[in-house]
Amino acid sequence: MSTAKQRFTLVASAALALAATSLTATAQPRTDLVVGMALEPPHLDPTAGAAGAIKEVTYANLFEPLLRVDADGKLVPGLAERWTVSDDGLTYRFTLRPNAKFHDGTTADSADVKFTLDRARAADSVNAQKAYFAPIASVETPDPQTVVVTLSRPDGLFLFHMASGDAAIVAPESAATNKQKPVGTGPFKFDRWVAGDRVVLVRNPDYDGMKPTLDRVTFRFISDPAAQVAALKAGDIDAFTLFSTYEALPEFRNDPKFTVTVGSTEGETILSTNNARKPFDDVRVRRAMAYAIDRKTLIDGVLYGNGVAIGSHFPPHREGYVDLTGMYPYDPAKAKALLAEAGYPNGFDTTLRLPPPPYARRGGELVAAMLAEVGIRAKIEPVEWAAWLEKTFKGKDYDLTMIAHTEPLDIDIYARPDYYFNYKSERFNALNDELNRTQDPAKRNALYGEEQKVLAEDAVNGFLFMLPSVTVQKAGLTGMWVNRPVQANDVTGVSWK
Amino acid sequence: MLAFLLRRLVSLIVTVWLASIVVFAVLQLVPGDPALLMLGVNAQPDTLAALRSQMGLDQPILTRYLQWAGALARGDLGVSLTYARPVAELVAERLAVTLPLALLSLVISTVLALPLGLLAAARRGRGGDWAVLGFSQLGVSMPSFWIAILLILLFSLTLHWFPAGGFPGWTGPGWGGGIGPALHALLLPALALALPEAAILARVTRTAVLDTLAEDHIRTARAKGVSRTAVLLRHALPNALIPVATVLGLQISFLVAGAVVVENVFTLPGLGRLLYQAIGQRDLIVVQGVVVLLALFVVVVNALVDIACALADPRPKGVSS
Repeated sequence: MSTAKQRFTLVASAALALAATSLTATAQPRTDLVVGMALEPPHLDPTAGAAGAIKEVTYANLFEPLLRVDADGKLVPGLAERWTVSDDGLTYRFTLRPNAKFHDGTTADSADVKFTLDRARAADSVNAQKAYFAPIASVETPDPQTVVVTLSRPDGLFLFHMASGDAAIVAPESAATNKQKPVGTGPFKFDRWVAGDRVVLVRNPDYDGMKPTLDRVTFRFISDPAAQVAALKAGDIDAFTLFSTYEALPEFRNDPKFTVTVGSTEGETILSTNNARKPFDDVRVRRAMAYAIDRKTLIDGVLYGNGVAIGSHFPPHREGYVDLTGMYPYDPAKAKALLAEAGYPNGFDTTLRLPPPPYARRGGELVAAMLAEVGIRAKIEPVEWAAWLEKTFKGKDYDLTMIAHTEPLDIDIYARPDYYFNYKSERFNALNDELNRTQDPAKRNALYGEEQKVLAEDAVNGFLFMLPSVTVQKAGLTGMWVNRPVQANDVTGVSWK
Repeated sequence: MLAFLLRRLVSLIVTVWLASIVVFAVLQLVPGDPALLMLGVNAQPDTLAALRSQMGLDQPILTRYLQWAGALARGDLGVSLTYARPVAELVAERLAVTLPLALLSLVISTVLALPLGLLAAARRGRGGDWAVLGFSQLGVSMPSFWIAILLILLFSLTLHWFPAGGFPGWTGPGWGGGIGPALHALLLPALALALPEAAILARVTRTAVLDTLAEDHIRTARAKGVSRTAVLLRHALPNALIPVATVLGLQISFLVAGAVVVENVFTLPGLGRLLYQAIGQRDLIVVQGVVVLLALFVVVVNALVDIACALADPRPKGVSS
């Protein structure tokens, strides 16, 4: 009896000990993360390509610009710990972190900043946002920690642009090889790239700032929507950012193993209109289209309700936004009347070219159906991305197309003389010039408001909705960005509970 | 025989050369500027010009073809426009996924198909035969991507036995890679590729074995009292293997083509996905290189099948030497 009792105690305590160890093992929070993304970056140099995926992997994790944009869209210190702007808005003085180092061990000082900025604005520069650097007149380095940038003209967005991935600080020693072996100053460093499948970053032990909790981050690239859902459900990945299989969201929302967050991006989705081509050169026709589109139905149909309508080319989450969605309420009768007034009582035929993203293909079908209701018979023409860029964007040979413009604060594209909208407005250009001369935030916001009104009144494009930032993640993961003020998967603040 | 081999070699070279011209010409006609694709919708004209000259796209078409074809003749596939790496290196990396995948599915389909084909032939007109015929009808009509989705549903999402996709790499302790995990990741895709192939192969085997069974020497063997099983395995099967091998050789090309689709479903970083992505990115150098390599591969495999058939049965070639 006693032996049986002893044996029982032994077994029980062993089981308890086992349970305890396994409990402590599971209580230890994980320090690795697998993030799913739809597209693979072609390379990893954010200063040499426009592909959003490059910045989604490298921004803030691997490379640091002088300033950074945080999860709320605010400018915070990056490689520069502080900065001052002269009253005339022409001189910017940046003070760098004293102990910043590149991943190869070389110091990151003012010479590297000068190299980076001069390289980006050089004649042979291949920086996708070269225009960001155009106002720079000179870059001086009075000492290793100080950089003085002088502009030739005021630029209200200069600091914001210097916080973009395109302005990431690179070293002359590694700039040429950053595409394959990126060397930055960030809290993570490059570990390996299984081409076509994943990029692995590991914690940089020598980082001079706040160290991240994660010691390894894997970015996996899964383009097929069904495969994305399967990878999440199979537990292969921990979080999928910019998830666009919206029809699968109810299932993830109902599963306690997952959390779904819906935030905002900078992606204004518009029905781009060739303002120079008949009959779209007539503002009455463009307004008729604005009345003919039911944004609510569109958002329900394309985004399964996960999106916000816009009335102009500006995101609702930014300061300076004015709500113009009421300017053209859905009113097919009014649309028909306007068309008749413009000389098209029986409507007209046109084409609607659609690039590959699902929001465009799916949305395009709905828009075409809505336009048909008022007599605008749009023939749908699906094209590949490369062909879209060539014919529509560069060649400006199109009637209508549908696309999300994802560059942050890019309302200035309407002031560009040969942008593919073919929009020309003295009024808008004057406002834009004034905006560039203005530093005061309140005045800038008022000017942004004016600009939005001009675009809405002119109905330059069909202003549809903001592309949402949907993240599906495992429960217990905290710190993933909900909103996307810049294209980035900043995982420096992510941890497991 | 030598003349036949020489003829085969010349036609091989000419075919690949013609393929290179066609591929190059077609890619010139397809709209899409790789430089513009890299710079996106904020591209400034001067930046675009700088990048185009860096990529060599400002050269005349003929110069570009001659440069590329010249390098190709020396075995140099060029440097990818988007990845900024040698194409040969990219291809080698991707072949390390696609070749084992194709090989594995070839093995699976053969291991499945030969016994099934034999069984069907042995049980001609009976239940076993009908079962095999039914299976092969089903296998032929189900595309591999559909099978792939079903396999993921069952083995990854429900049973959690296999990953739903991705490839950890053959090497890499600490990265979750290595031979075991890599094979683990390849098994479902290989199965998805193998099932339709096995269906076709089982049918071919059945027919070939039945044809052989009808021949005189089999009847003689049976008359001498050799058992049914022995006749099947020792006399019928070896003879039936010639048509089976021919079909198997032809299937290899289909396997590589099928791999493109299956690699996308399982997000495997194989040659097919490299090609698919390169087309989207207008990475002309990669597309040209991969297509020419695939053309070379198909032509070589076909030539090998022809040569093997000629060796096995010299009659139709009327060997002159």
